[in-house]
Amino acid sequence: MGVMEIISVIFILVGVLFMLLAAIGLIRFPDFYIRNSASTKAAILGLGMILLGTGLYYNRVLIFTELLAIFLFIFLINPLTSHIVARAAFKTKVPFWKKTNLDDIKNLEQEGKEEKKDS
Amino acid sequence: MSIYFILLSVAIGILFVGLLLTMIRFILGPSLPDRIISLDLLSSILIGILALYSIVSGVDSTLEVALVLSLVTFLGTMIFANYLLEKKKK
Repeated sequence: MGVMEIISVIFILVGVLFMLLAAIGLIRFPDFYIRNSASTKAAILGLGMILLGTGLYYNRVLIFTELLAIFLFIFLINPLTSHIVARAAFKTKVPFWKKTNLDDIKNLEQEGKEEKKDS
Repeated sequence: MSIYFILLSVAIGILFVGLLLTMIRFILGPSLPDRIISLDLLSSILIGILALYSIVSGVDSTLEVALVLSLVTFLGTMIFANYLLEKKKK
């Protein structure tokens, strides 16, 4: 077991633990919006570490390029889809958790109504 | 079989546990957006499993499958979110 393999297995195990944390957060949190935040952030970090560990094991330029492409897609696309799904859920009135503080959202809705009246 | 591959097998096992938890949320999910984000996380975990499986089996082309999977998932999630918004308009 060389030095590169030790470093790569450390990265892979930490990344796998983060993926498991994302899944636990998805199943344990009380509300769609909190679940969305938890699963997206932990999944990006965990997947990045798993891909880095895989690249360190192979230690070839071609494989690194391919893994970098996968990571870039995930890094750009995962926050984007998370935002879009959360926006669609808010517009279709998915219920919030009862302890969520909704004052800011009410202010936003009132501002939106006033703007519609003005225009 | 060196200790490296045993640790990799443990990692794949942990990823499968995460896959199982995500599937439970996919089945339970009270609303449609819950199912959409669980599908998203499901594909992320599958990409991780494919990357680790390429080391264990020694087949490089599994990584290309992971690349295509990341692209297809993006389209699927965007279309589902669009469907939610369109359904609200009617």
